[in-house]
Amino acid sequence: MAGAELTLGHYLAVSAALFTIGVFGIFVNRKNIIVILMSIELILLSVNLNLVAFSVFNGTIMGQVFAMLVLTVAAAEAAVGLAILVVYFRNRGEIAVEDVNVLHG
Amino acid sequence: MALIAFYILSTVVVLSALFVVAARNPVHSVLWLILTFFTSAGLLVLIGAEFLAMLLVVVYVGAVAVLFLFVVMMLDIDFVALKQGFQNYLVVGLLVALALLAEIGIVAAAATFGGGATFQPSPGAATNAEALSKVLYTDYLLLFQMSGVVLLVAMMGAIVLTLRSRPSVKRQSIAEQVGRKRKDAVELKDVRPGQGI
Repeated sequence: MAGAELTLGHYLAVSAALFTIGVFGIFVNRKNIIVILMSIELILLSVNLNLVAFSVFNGTIMGQVFAMLVLTVAAAEAAVGLAILVVYFRNRGEIAVEDVNVLHG
Repeated sequence: MALIAFYILSTVVVLSALFVVAARNPVHSVLWLILTFFTSAGLLVLIGAEFLAMLLVVVYVGAVAVLFLFVVMMLDIDFVALKQGFQNYLVVGLLVALALLAEIGIVAAAATFGGGATFQPSPGAATNAEALSKVLYTDYLLLFQMSGVVLLVAMMGAIVLTLRSRPSVKRQSIAEQVGRKRKDAVELKDVRPGQGI
């Protein structure tokens, strides 16, 4: 098998790094909601990597099914999030996240 | 050999993910995101999860990233103003990231995963896609159908959110077209020779 000398730990390390970068991206790009959405995609990608790695290295197929479901939800979330973003931009002419709380009253 | 490929791919994944959050221009961020997804698909191929890898390329690179690209290019935004405050949040962000990484490290060091002994990307089948489809259409049929419903609802939500009716735009009225009778449209004229209508 191609991944004979690869271990689960390798994939978990990459996944942990991706997750951390995603959270870091949410923190440093406070004003740019597009990059925040992209950071969320990174986090979901790291979760997918984790699920698939556990599934393959333990010899069960369930993790890959769940990764598919996560993929579906990620696609739906991106579509709805970007639609909301487009409507918000159409109404206000900018997408600064800090001004979103005008609805707060 | 696989280990060398893994190290190359994982380095590319981590670096391009860093560039996603650090790029000055969101268009560049999306391009780095595409590279991240594509390279992660390579990582999945490396352990034999080919179907998920192709799904990642088709769904993430083909649909989600291109959707991001469309939206970023459609919105006319001052990108420089959005990047302000990057330095202010950098320290806090780094602290949180380090804390998170340390916590993950502590948990990973304490836990025993029990993986690796039974490496098998396609249990009970010849190929990965076959193994996945065997359970997808039997054990997880309800989940599979529900994910279709999730996508349908998301599509309807996106359409409802972005659809706007402008009265100035001429539109095709299907009800009017279908409801048209013969007598409204065609008129029989008896034209005499040598005379016009």
